[in-house]
Amino acid sequence: MSKFKKKQANTSQSVPTSAMPDVVFMLLIFFMVTTVLREVELQVQISYADAENIEKIEQKRLVSYIYIGPERLGGNRVGETKVQIDDALVEDVNAIRNIMYDKLMEQPRLIVSLRVDEDSEFGIITDVQQELRHAGTLRINYSTRREI
Amino acid sequence: MLNKKRGRESAEIDGSSLADIAFLLLIFFLVVTTIDVDTGIGLVLPPIPDDIEPPPVRERNLMNILVNAQGMVLINEQPAAVASVRERVKEFIDNNGADPNLSESPNDAIVSIKTDRRTPYNVYIDMLDEVMGAYAELRHAASMDRFGVPYSSLEDNSVEQDEIQEMYPKKISIAEPDEG
Repeated sequence: MSKFKKKQANTSQSVPTSAMPDVVFMLLIFFMVTTVLREVELQVQISYADAENIEKIEQKRLVSYIYIGPERLGGNRVGETKVQIDDALVEDVNAIRNIMYDKLMEQPRLIVSLRVDEDSEFGIITDVQQELRHAGTLRINYSTRREI
Repeated sequence: MLNKKRGRESAEIDGSSLADIAFLLLIFFLVVTTIDVDTGIGLVLPPIPDDIEPPPVRERNLMNILVNAQGMVLINEQPAAVASVRERVKEFIDNNGADPNLSESPNDAIVSIKTDRRTPYNVYIDMLDEVMGAYAELRHAASMDRFGVPYSSLEDNSVEQDEIQEMYPKKISIAEPDEG
């Protein structure tokens, strides 16, 4: 027997873990609430423009997105500017009218969020806006990031 | 013998794996979460005009802003810097009949925005941002003057907010695109 016994504290050395499930559940609930599961697969490339005087869209249920930007090809190449609604590219601009009209019937307070690549030319946006006017979806929102 | 006694099992559910399950779910939601805030510049498009002629607007109540194909901003056909748009719009709206070339009252003032097919989108957004900034500053000033609080702190759809919005209504018109 050694003469010098190592001194040991009497207190328990383990961290109490009984509260861990509570902490984890709290985080879990936070992420469940903030998650948006259905994220569309973008087929066009978009980098947002910056703006200062922006407003937040509080009710996400009302929002429908239209993506406008150069089409993503394989690799890092991009093609012509295209319009994407939901998961599909819209080849014929005149079809937007019917698509948006149907959406408006489902949600009368529809807000159309235009997510446009900042290097686009305005002509295609004019076309889309004309279609939106024909469809009667007049509330729009140009999606921008906050300017820092 | 009717003695049915067995070795009694614990009546409690084992809770030690609860944390594991919760962690698994947590990691799943962590991975799929995208916290993106939807922000942007809101605008209401004009409806498609019927055959009815739009009501005539006096020349002085209309401010024409054109962004041309070269990305130049023209206010009433005079070239202007993007940074100066905000001041020009504020002057125009808040004129209250003082200058005979500017608007009669904020309620009559209409800002008309026209673009070309080859206008760069980011210049258009910068210009629209300036116009929105002009309205925001005027509303902020009116709110500070009247209620002593910033406009942004007024509650949505409150009486105060409606009053300020009525003082400075956003009358932004998107001009009809040219044919062809």
